[in-house]
Amino acid sequence: MHEMGITQSIVAIVAEQAAGRKVRRVTLEVGKLAAIMPDAIRFCFDVVAQGSALDGAALDIIEIPGRARCLECGAEIALGEIFGHCACGSHRLERLAGEELNIKSMELEVL
Amino acid sequence: MCATCGCGDSEKVTVTNLQSGAEERLGRSMSAGGDQPEHHHHDHEDDHGHTHGAADHSHAHDGAHHHHHDHPHPHLHHHEHDDHPHAMEEAGRVTALVQIHGETVDLERAVLAKNDRLAERNRAWFEGREILALNLVSSPGAGKTSLLERTIRDLKDEMPISVIEGDQQTLHDALRIKAAGAPAVQVNTGTGCHLEADMIRRGVEQLRPAFGAVLMIENVGNLVCPALFDLGEKTKVVVLSVTEGEDKPLKYPHMFRAADLMIVSKIDLAPHVDFDIARCEALAREVNPNITSIRLSARSGEGMQDWYAWLRAARLATALDAAQ
Repeated sequence: MHEMGITQSIVAIVAEQAAGRKVRRVTLEVGKLAAIMPDAIRFCFDVVAQGSALDGAALDIIEIPGRARCLECGAEIALGEIFGHCACGSHRLERLAGEELNIKSMELEVL
Repeated sequence: MCATCGCGDSEKVTVTNLQSGAEERLGRSMSAGGDQPEHHHHDHEDDHGHTHGAADHSHAHDGAHHHHHDHPHPHLHHHEHDDHPHAMEEAGRVTALVQIHGETVDLERAVLAKNDRLAERNRAWFEGREILALNLVSSPGAGKTSLLERTIRDLKDEMPISVIEGDQQTLHDALRIKAAGAPAVQVNTGTGCHLEADMIRRGVEQLRPAFGAVLMIENVGNLVCPALFDLGEKTKVVVLSVTEGEDKPLKYPHMFRAADLMIVSKIDLAPHVDFDIARCEALAREVNPNITSIRLSARSGEGMQDWYAWLRAARLATALDAAQ
């Protein structure tokens, strides 16, 4: 849905950081609970990168699984959805991971 | 161009002040842009550090110990070179290993950081003026504008209410709000599917809401994208009408998760539809155990007092927060 705009942000941020150098690879971290579809970003990336410093760059997306801690029993559980419940029956969960949307690194062409 | 909601780079965002009739055009606010000199500085320093790191092999001459320490490094690089075809197969995790081909720069930047930063600025501005800012979200047609019209008519003598209306096109909603008796600014997002923090800042510059006012931000009708974009509001209020599916909290969990209040609207129609309000509320609590639910009809007036009580309490909490 919103992945086009988000991809534009990614390309703009990376191009700015690259300061005129050519970018060969971009690595993203996308949480599995982040309402962001990696495939949609991949689909948009090549189109958006065209004509920028990222033209032709590879895109690696590291997907981060959802994890939460139960606020009742303290157990740490895996979350496949943005909501869920612990084996103890509690819905009160503190999410620990899975909502990331970060540009982790870029690889620049050596001058 | 995104096929679903059409977020595109050429979109034209306009902010129209219904009081003055002035129209302002904005560029897209999400891209990094060149308006952050402080970040330019910071990032250059980062780059600098990395360049030095790469040059360390020939420059590490500030002590024999360092020389020894540095020595294993070239070996390591050779090793990685041999491993390279392997490493490439495990795509994703290996960026740090491919320095031989390029210079890897750690960015660790949140993609939505710019919007989040602008939203925090809005939030501080609201808090300083004890303004209760609410971000109203729903599907198109759930009754956000009707709810606001009635609220303004009933409460305008009790509390100042200002409205930022978000829609892809037309001034229709802002005109309705103005007719109901509140100052309104219309933000037209063009093809955009949600409001962003920068649009709110521009809208607020036009509106100049009074000290202690309530600022209602009516987002673009969409239960998906607006969940991701903080506007600086105190909370999101999600409106769900009984003519929709009662399982929407499960279908669009991000939005129901992000909201403190769910308004079940159009309950005057409940006898004519199969919507199970209690089940809807149970599903909403499954997604967000802390969500409050208010059932109302802006048409019949039923339940409106519950909403007004919630608004008064939220306004009081805003004032108390500011006093501390």
